[in-house]
Amino acid sequence: MSSTFEQIANIIAETCDIPRDTIKPESHAIDDLGIDSLDFLDIAFAIDKAFGIKMPLEKWTQEVNDGKATTEQYFVLKNLADRIDELVAAKNAGGGAAS
Amino acid sequence: MQLDYFQLIDRIVSLDLEGKTIMVEAQVPEKHTIFEGHFPGFPIMPGVLLTEAMAQSSGWLLLGLLKFERMPFLAIVKEAKMRGFVSPGQLLTIDAQLEHEGSGFAVTKAKGRVGKELKCSAEITFGLSPFPDPGFRTYMDAMATKIGFPMQAIAQ
Repeated sequence: MSSTFEQIANIIAETCDIPRDTIKPESHAIDDLGIDSLDFLDIAFAIDKAFGIKMPLEKWTQEVNDGKATTEQYFVLKNLADRIDELVAAKNAGGGAAS
Repeated sequence: MQLDYFQLIDRIVSLDLEGKTIMVEAQVPEKHTIFEGHFPGFPIMPGVLLTEAMAQSSGWLLLGLLKFERMPFLAIVKEAKMRGFVSPGQLLTIDAQLEHEGSGFAVTKAKGRVGKELKCSAEITFGLSPFPDPGFRTYMDAMATKIGFPMQAIAQ
């Protein structure tokens, strides 16, 4: 699995006190791991810092609320790792922190 | 400080939106019922109130950075350290700086001093939300005026 997944899994394990070996690429952060909005805020801070990005949580939430996206697209960890990779790539391409 | 109203900050000394820092003053009252219980014969500011003072200082910084378009609500306090006693009548000076602005949240670091002596510090996370009530926003405008918030700084 990608190093991005490994990094976010380690962040989640440390932030939420969840055993690392229970965190899988297919895990849904909310439905499977039981991460609530406050813990996710803490995770977002750690991810933003670790990757030098600004995860657009508000935009993602809005898209889910509007039915334009599913929570799986952003909160299944392998998908979250892909989104982070995209944000890092956009940043490295000179687009700054995507929002 | 107006402890009964949970207004802990008396004056904004400086606000640097470019540097994303703020310095405020908070005068601890000589007398208050809090000190009768905390503690008899040894009155000191409760740590939760020092933490709240650091949170309010950070909040004013964030209000400036957000141009009063959103309200910061306290969400997480980390590494809160009460490093020394703060007594009635002392002048507390609090510095806060933005550590990170995320999507819908922000993180600050704050330090409180009496003179040059560091008394408390914390890393504080806020959720950023639209003002839930227009009266609330009006109240914050009035508070800003009262404590000398430099409105010209956010007009630029």
